[in-house]
Amino acid sequence: MDLTLRGVVRRFGTVTALAGIDLDVAEGELLTILGPSGSGKTTLLKIVAGFEFPDEGTVHLGNSDVTVAPPRSRDVGMVFQNYALFPHMTVAQNVAFPLEMRRLAKPERERRVAEALALVELAEYGHRLPRQLSGGQQQRVALARAIVFKPRLLLLDEPFGALDRKLREAMQLEVRRLQRRLKLTTLFITHDQEEALILSDRIAVMSAGRIEQIGLPDDVYARPGTRFVADFVGESNLLDGVARSGAEAEAAGFGTVTLIAPAGAPGARATLLVRPEALRIGAPAAGLANRTTGTIIETVFLGLSVKLRLRLGTGLELLARLPLRPSEPFPLAEGDDVPIGFAPEDVHVIADAGR
Amino acid sequence: MPAARRRQPGKFALGVVAGLVFAFLMLPLLVVFPISVSSASYLQFPPPGFSWQWYVRFLEDVTWVESAIRSFKVALLCTALSMALGVPLSFALVRSRLRGMRLADRLVAAPIIVPNIIISIAIYSLFSKLQLIGVWYGIAIAHTILALPFVVILVSAGLRTFDEAQEQAAMGLGATWGVAVWRITLPQLRPSLIAAAFLAFVTSFDELVIAMFLSGASMTLPKKMFDNIMLEIDPTIAAVSVMQIVLACICLGAAALFGRGVVPGTPR
Repeated sequence: MDLTLRGVVRRFGTVTALAGIDLDVAEGELLTILGPSGSGKTTLLKIVAGFEFPDEGTVHLGNSDVTVAPPRSRDVGMVFQNYALFPHMTVAQNVAFPLEMRRLAKPERERRVAEALALVELAEYGHRLPRQLSGGQQQRVALARAIVFKPRLLLLDEPFGALDRKLREAMQLEVRRLQRRLKLTTLFITHDQEEALILSDRIAVMSAGRIEQIGLPDDVYARPGTRFVADFVGESNLLDGVARSGAEAEAAGFGTVTLIAPAGAPGARATLLVRPEALRIGAPAAGLANRTTGTIIETVFLGLSVKLRLRLGTGLELLARLPLRPSEPFPLAEGDDVPIGFAPEDVHVIADAGR
Repeated sequence: MPAARRRQPGKFALGVVAGLVFAFLMLPLLVVFPISVSSASYLQFPPPGFSWQWYVRFLEDVTWVESAIRSFKVALLCTALSMALGVPLSFALVRSRLRGMRLADRLVAAPIIVPNIIISIAIYSLFSKLQLIGVWYGIAIAHTILALPFVVILVSAGLRTFDEAQEQAAMGLGATWGVAVWRITLPQLRPSLIAAAFLAFVTSFDELVIAMFLSGASMTLPKKMFDNIMLEIDPTIAAVSVMQIVLACICLGAAALFGRGVVPGTPR
């Protein structure tokens, strides 16, 4: 393991920012810490970078214990939220800074700077000042500065937040390519679940100072372990259910839901997750094990798909997302009463353990 | 453009008031400068004729030149001391999360509020025990008390607007905190630092009350000017004033030249 955290606790007065974090990041892996603001992800990042120290627990980089080591001896490259480029230095001087701190000889320094700038496609920009660059270019400088000294670990602190959508998507892919190519062990911090799903090898979802779930993006999305994860990652229909005998549950406002396996001991409470794209509306709903009818109360066109808000007779609201084909007109309209259905295998059961 | 401006009576009135204030501030200069090149041997305005004699007299009088040099030394040492103490103090006040820092922050301005004469008496009794009366560095140390608040106020204001993430970035990239401050923070605080040093220098160079208590036989320039007025009133003092003003203008010009913004010109 390249980065190992064991039982990391951090308190600020009476507030517990981190309540016992265990985390392993493998060599060359891009692991995302995903969580809302206040979940403790920034504190976690600072502890890994060395700007904060844990009250309990240990931090290891490779085999060395860096729990209380100062930032400079950790060999961690970090891209800050606002890049934190040095405005009084040129791009080349910025990128050379970590090499200078490591007392590399000037020719070697210049060679590595040129190499890093070429890697982020800014070879011609070394003599410019940061403020003469666009936001995306500044970010690439920050990235070059963070990787030029071949760090043991790369930290990315919400680096795409300040970019507009198109540029953000381009930068995400670029960072991903670079990370794979250089096999950089990377810890990526974000509150944007879409970004996390795109970039990550694995995702750790944080809430209230704990890691709620850690797993492959696909796992976290399709098989969330807690109601919080189901709600935070992607859009969801969460039904309050009670397990019945056999592969069935009683869902509030919906009725009996057929599952592929029992939801637990009869009478046990559980949350049933059905993703919006799993709902079938209209004719395709026919023949599915779980069926009802409802009224379309809102339609939102999203380009490739359309999002529907549906209300059942019981007052329960469901979200559906249907694919759109440009060549065919969308057959449904607000106010239509439509059949709604979903298959048993599209229901994910979350046992109610406290939450 | 001027036509558009004339249509706004508020702006016009503002211009008039600003002009009057400017004239009020500048008028003394218009008197002092002609008198300093007066051919008369007493203060007379307008001067009857032109002469450099008062500048010559200043330069020929050893006591004038000595006191000017002494004032320079005092002001330079005072500047060095107040920067050496004031910059670290500013970091402590802005960055420290210790209890009582807010109170300390308020107390920094105390030497500005306490009357100079009180400070002078206090320092006099202390320095007489320490045998710091009548030596130039004694005056410099005392002046540091007056200059320190200006340095701290200016530098901590600059520091408060500085993005601390840059310092963290530098440390993450391998710098010690000291190197990060020296290479990253201080260069960007340069305008504040230059302004602070200039104010410290002028505070000391201009100071009379403390100098009167502490200087004894080794007079600073303000003390010499004061004595000169007490004994004989001649235009030498006007010549000295003009030279002081010119010096201050040079300093201000230099500060404007070197202290502009954080970025040293655009490399091409």
